[in-house]
Amino acid sequence: MRRRILTPSVIPGPALNVSDALIVVGVLALLAFGIFLALGAPAEVQGPEINLSPAYLPWYATFSLTRMFVAYVLSILFTLGVASAAARNQTAEKIILPILDILQSVPILSFLPVVVLSLTALLPENFALELGAVILIFTSQVWNLTFSFYQSLKTSPTDLGEASTIFRFNPWQRFRTLGLPFGAIPLVWNSMMSWAGGWFFLMAAETFTVGERDYRLPGLGSYLQSAADQANIGAILWGLVALIGIIIVLDQFIWRPLLAWADRFKVEMVESDDPPTAWFYDVWQRARVAKWWRQSVVNPLTERFDQRVAQSLRAREENASAANVSKNRIVRWVLLALVAGFLLWGAYSALLLLARVTPTEWSQIAIGAGASFLRVLVALTIALIWTVPVGVAIGMNPRLARVLQPIVQVTASVPATALFPVIVLMLIQSGGGLNLAAILLMLLGTQWYLLFNIIAGAAAIPRDLVYTAETLGLRGWERWRTMILPAIFPYLITGMITAAGGCWNATIVAEYVTFGGETYYATGLGAEIARATAAGNYPMLFGATLTMILIVVAFNRLFWRRLYRIAEERYRMD
Amino acid sequence: MMNQNNVLVELKGISKNYGQGQRETRAVENVNFNIHDGEFVALLGPSGCGKSTLLRMITGLMPPSEGEILYRGEPLRGVNEHATIVFQTFALFPWLTVQTNVEVALKARDVEPNARRERALKLLDLVGLDGFESAYPRELSGGMRQKVGFARALAVEPELLCLDEPFSALDVLSAESLRGELMELWSSKALPTRAILLVSHNIEEAVLMADRIIVMDKDPGRVVAEIPVNLAQPRQRKALHVLAMVDRVYAAVAGETPSESKELIGTAPGEGGKTQMLPHAPINAIAGLMEFLAEEGKRADLYIVGEKLGMELDEFLPAVEAVELLGMATLRGGDIELTSLGETFAATTILARKEIFAQRIRHLPMFQWIEQELRKVSSQRLPQEFFLDVLEKEFTPVEAERQLDFAINWGRYAELFEFDDDRDELYLTTNGAQELPV
Repeated sequence: MRRRILTPSVIPGPALNVSDALIVVGVLALLAFGIFLALGAPAEVQGPEINLSPAYLPWYATFSLTRMFVAYVLSILFTLGVASAAARNQTAEKIILPILDILQSVPILSFLPVVVLSLTALLPENFALELGAVILIFTSQVWNLTFSFYQSLKTSPTDLGEASTIFRFNPWQRFRTLGLPFGAIPLVWNSMMSWAGGWFFLMAAETFTVGERDYRLPGLGSYLQSAADQANIGAILWGLVALIGIIIVLDQFIWRPLLAWADRFKVEMVESDDPPTAWFYDVWQRARVAKWWRQSVVNPLTERFDQRVAQSLRAREENASAANVSKNRIVRWVLLALVAGFLLWGAYSALLLLARVTPTEWSQIAIGAGASFLRVLVALTIALIWTVPVGVAIGMNPRLARVLQPIVQVTASVPATALFPVIVLMLIQSGGGLNLAAILLMLLGTQWYLLFNIIAGAAAIPRDLVYTAETLGLRGWERWRTMILPAIFPYLITGMITAAGGCWNATIVAEYVTFGGETYYATGLGAEIARATAAGNYPMLFGATLTMILIVVAFNRLFWRRLYRIAEERYRMD
Repeated sequence: MMNQNNVLVELKGISKNYGQGQRETRAVENVNFNIHDGEFVALLGPSGCGKSTLLRMITGLMPPSEGEILYRGEPLRGVNEHATIVFQTFALFPWLTVQTNVEVALKARDVEPNARRERALKLLDLVGLDGFESAYPRELSGGMRQKVGFARALAVEPELLCLDEPFSALDVLSAESLRGELMELWSSKALPTRAILLVSHNIEEAVLMADRIIVMDKDPGRVVAEIPVNLAQPRQRKALHVLAMVDRVYAAVAGETPSESKELIGTAPGEGGKTQMLPHAPINAIAGLMEFLAEEGKRADLYIVGEKLGMELDEFLPAVEAVELLGMATLRGGDIELTSLGETFAATTILARKEIFAQRIRHLPMFQWIEQELRKVSSQRLPQEFFLDVLEKEFTPVEAERQLDFAINWGRYAELFEFDDDRDELYLTTNGAQELPV
């Protein structure tokens, strides 16, 4: 059986239910709570000047990389903890999965100002800013990681699970011997996607304005943003070179070696014809240092760690029987009451905020939603038109794949947001206006999900099917209709789901762009959110965000989920 | 050795249900037997008879719904720490080397690293895998992988060794040699193991290895016979007394045709009374069996037919059941005999076969019911959910689906009705519009 590496974040179950509504209310309550706190933030803030001299770039790059890394570590910890809890405990599963599903549909950028402002009200400003940036990057990295790891844990082979039980592995040994290795390959792939997602939001995370408040963190993202603000083409290019350089270095020294290393964690009992390779991994493998590192540092340390964990687990097991059950029950009720209270309060404040949105603003939101919807549609169509033929060509031709795959991966990691200013400049001058340019920006941000999935789907077409089609003399459209399209359909849907969600999220950066001191905006829901943020118009921000959440969730549940089910039932190969 | 004092495992009224409420189904019903110290017991039966479920309850992987399992007189709670399993699918961790795969079981029991290595190497040596310690499972053949499975299970020195169809995923030669090696280890008392429980659907394997065979049947899973095998080891598969025993076990597994064949048919789904389940036999298996029987000359030994056809037991028995249900053959004392209808069927053309088949299955309430329901609507089309809903009142959801699948498979062959794959609907063809024989 072949495993899908990029699993879609589609959870099974009924389309929409009460708990979904509760979660939406919960998210809104958080937002409202943030706004409540944000009102107490300092009234005027002037961010530090970003020096556009290339000499500062290494520093800025280091700062940004550190933020990304911290957010990624948090994402991994969150993933391991939450996904394991959901996979192990049915009650936790029922609560966690819908929450994650809604959270991934929430437009991250709407939350950033509120998060940062509320943090500045509580914490020292610099720390609050750093924390806010890390939180934003975290939310752009974490969901696909968590979903994929959860799915790995749920689909890990039954016989290995039974072997773990019958040989009495403790929970830690089970996790380390079964869960973690089985989830490793999807985790590495999704980490690559997550880093790309993090870069995408880096500029927004490091610099933004709310009303009179201008927040800036020194970093690569703010460097690029400042360069764009000042229309300093030279600095933009320097920034891009630095960014692309970092992405290539990470690809060569981290992701490729990791992929080559993770190949050992596949479950197929056959050697693969074409295992992933990485020169740096080969060098590392041959190095004496590596051997010493494994034998004298890693192995003894893990051995001791395993022993410690085993001991403490046993101690806890002995204590568990003596634990006070009724006390646990009280704690649970108190927690439940607190959550319910928070939900009620949130619903109430949400209503208050919504009541302050004027009818004109509501009509703006409605028109914007319609315009953005059309843009999402056009962007997806364009993406489909080029990614299907190209993806199938790459996926079905291993030689082409070997050359193009790494290039595509690096290209996809270059965040479209960094390119936006340049593109906007060109498009606006050529007279298309941001209304059209926004489509291109959204396309740049999301087409890669589709391309990757189509490549994976085409590569998974069994060889015998390809040969059969050849001997039958299937050509042209017939070949597409009977073999290729049905075979890639499930992958196509998976890619579309991710791409569509990404498109909506990207509207906020795509429909509202500042360049050279000028602000350009299109008619659209994303533009409304961005404008409301810039103007500090919280009720409007709130209303527009709610609208976007509802649209994305409704589409996921009512449209994509059905298509996904059809794809799974009818066109699955394995 | 059969006295009550050295009972290792005791099963008392064990039942197992799956699902809940309306959907609840019984996988295992009221099973009672003991496993004694020093005994090799085989659990034999067709797939779906609950033998693997039983093994999982005995090892404590899952609790029984009713009844009690005693181990050395103590009620079993949680995983049985004196038992290990050798899995049909090997269940080796693909990312660990052969040696680590064995060591990992010892690590779970807090064996010290050096002692761990020593013991793992010793066992790998014992099963003949020295030199392969640092290989990964995917580099090994199936037989060698299962040797790792045995080494791992034996490394923790279990009192009760449970074998869950350990040879069925192996090629014939590897299975044969691995069986031989296991019997050698077991007979020479080189193992600390006190008893072995083998789950199998291979009758010959059970007869060659076990001291006692417990025969199970399905729907619900239950014990139908216990056959002691008092033959000296090593046993030769071609020896007369072994063949006689195989024949005897075959008769117990396959059962006999009840004299009153009306009993067999049951009532239509949705009506009162029990609906006869369609045997899980695809058309080609039925036709293959009939042709073979015609060639063999009417009457044949079931066990020989099974072997010559090269069918697995859980594929072969339903086909036998189907030809019996359709009145094309009868079973008696481990033999199968074609009826005159069966002879005609085997000898004639495809079209005539379809006609005979159609006539025969029209006698079955299941097909009468499907045809009648289809005829009731003007479009002569009904979604498969309609039939599934009714079937689910009598069968588990999984079984209901399987029943409809086989009904469609048979009905299509007989051209009674057709099935539209895109719309998941059953519909009548023009041929099917003839009058029903009442």
